[in-house]
Amino acid sequence: MAEQEGGSRFRIDAPADRGTVDPADPAEGYALRMAGIEKYFGLVCALRSIDFEVGRNEIVGLIGDNGAGKSTMVKILTGVFPPTRGTLTVAGRDVDFRSYNVKRAHAHGIETVYQDKSLGEKQVLWRNFFIGREITGRFGFINVKKEKEIAQQIMVETIGFRGQGITVDSRVSQLSGGERQGVAIGRAMHFDAELIILDEPTVALSLKEVRKVLNFVHKVKESGRASVYISHGIQDVYEISDRFVIMDRGEIVASIAKADITLRELNEFMLEYAHGLRDEGR
Amino acid sequence: MAKRPVLTRLAKRPVLTRLAKLESLPIAAVLLTLYLVFMITAPNVFTGHRIYMSFLQTIPPMLVLALGLTFVITAGEIDLSFSAVVAFAGFVFTWWYRTVGEPWSALLLAILAGALVGYINGVLVAKIGVPSIMATLAAQFFWAGLTVLLAGGASWNIKGIQDEALHGIFVGRLFGSIPAQSLWALALTVFCWFLLNRHRFGEEIMFVGDNPNVARVMGINVERTKIKLFTMNGAMAGFAAVLLTTEMNTFWTTQGEGYLLPVMAAVFIGGSSIAGGEGFVVGTFFGAYIIGSLEAGVVATGIGGYWTQLVSGLVMGASVVLNIVIGDGRLAAVSNRVRSWVTPSRDDGG
Repeated sequence: MAEQEGGSRFRIDAPADRGTVDPADPAEGYALRMAGIEKYFGLVCALRSIDFEVGRNEIVGLIGDNGAGKSTMVKILTGVFPPTRGTLTVAGRDVDFRSYNVKRAHAHGIETVYQDKSLGEKQVLWRNFFIGREITGRFGFINVKKEKEIAQQIMVETIGFRGQGITVDSRVSQLSGGERQGVAIGRAMHFDAELIILDEPTVALSLKEVRKVLNFVHKVKESGRASVYISHGIQDVYEISDRFVIMDRGEIVASIAKADITLRELNEFMLEYAHGLRDEGR
Repeated sequence: MAKRPVLTRLAKRPVLTRLAKLESLPIAAVLLTLYLVFMITAPNVFTGHRIYMSFLQTIPPMLVLALGLTFVITAGEIDLSFSAVVAFAGFVFTWWYRTVGEPWSALLLAILAGALVGYINGVLVAKIGVPSIMATLAAQFFWAGLTVLLAGGASWNIKGIQDEALHGIFVGRLFGSIPAQSLWALALTVFCWFLLNRHRFGEEIMFVGDNPNVARVMGINVERTKIKLFTMNGAMAGFAAVLLTTEMNTFWTTQGEGYLLPVMAAVFIGGSSIAGGEGFVVGTFFGAYIIGSLEAGVVATGIGGYWTQLVSGLVMGASVVLNIVIGDGRLAAVSNRVRSWVTPSRDDGG
């Protein structure tokens, strides 16, 4: 357990004291490493001096209030926009931000599952599996038969849809919230993602559906991949994460190994944080 | 073992479900019904081949415009400028042909002129963020106005075009009666179906129309797709202009005006969603023929021209309702209900 300091169990004001955990065994290397990342939107600083690592086969729970900078960080990781400064290394390869985009992120093995923008609602499942990465022949025409075959394989083997009346020709709108996230996670796993980022995947889902999504995330871990799990549901984050990284106002303020904190303590920590008690010493 | 009744065996097969999966079947049924009704109410006109040849002559430009618009609607956008493109590209074609006397380069220039208008629309919508309804409405006025200015408000005759090979190829008569433009429009329909349903570009359009945010995070360049889309629509409107101008041997400055609403109606009764994400090329094909046949059909029945609009509205409304009911899978529900009625339960010893 981390040392208590100034009435708090974890120091949050000095970067050197951010938690007690080594994010990954250096022998195994990192799935991802951000160093000195900063992002400005005009004069507004959205991210400040972000150093963030995810070990191979590690699940990191990224926690923080609205506006903490989690989504901005995810968008930089996934190539939606570049940072103002800083470096990103994915699976040992440095990323060149001048040419980095969503497709390059996919090529680097980074896949993202968003709360509500991972799948085209009116489109059939087989199209959703391959959008942006179609199997095409000459002149860009899609090999529908092959895409359907592989989509069927992903549904049965990776996601585990069996006999639920859902086929590759079903539209996304026919699926429950949990099944949708299952499809998005299954797609990410199929494309050999080194790192799967889950951005609020359980928002607005029923408890049963949340359980489905968490089971999918467990599969990610079992398959030897790394994941960044972003959620406001502390209980869910606690269940599946190996480590918790806490953000506030564009900075990482703590990194805590699961072994060093109980769920109750993590809850208390976040509650205190939310109530501003942590600001007293800043 | 006793044979099961035919109805029971038929009901075992989800015929209705399978039929419902055929693209735009309800709209095809509406067109067929319409022609049947016209055959009964105006047998003199609709049992002969001439009226159908007339449709094959007049509907293709509208169909080509509607095909282009189907892509735009599928992407969740709208284009109101294509009718002005019909005038502008028609002018470019006529002016070049009268000036240079060479029809093929005139055709190319007309298509390029349409593509240019579309490209500008695309840039306004995708790069600057002007809502497409506003950008293309402004474009509609601008290009129509420019055409009137350039043409001096007059109609231009191009009778010489009749002697060109281009005339025979695009608007000639196959076997002496079938208008060639109908075959070009049919070929374009097939091509557009493949482009929308089997090509990467079509898939990108569907996802952009469904949800641009999803499209973006899945690596689609939404802005570029929209620019390509509007450019393609402009080019197709340019081609429609050439078909029209060549068929009529005349260019006139208001030649596109009558197309705006009928073309939009053809796309929507074909089942494409104004909300984007779904587009039906086959539906547009039948929709164009429904819209293009209505007026002549109603007049031919002898009930009087005053009824034309009313009947048109009725048919359009019925088509859309039918499409929604069947498209929602409710036909499959009806099929299941029928099956449950006619299939003997286990207790019956069946």
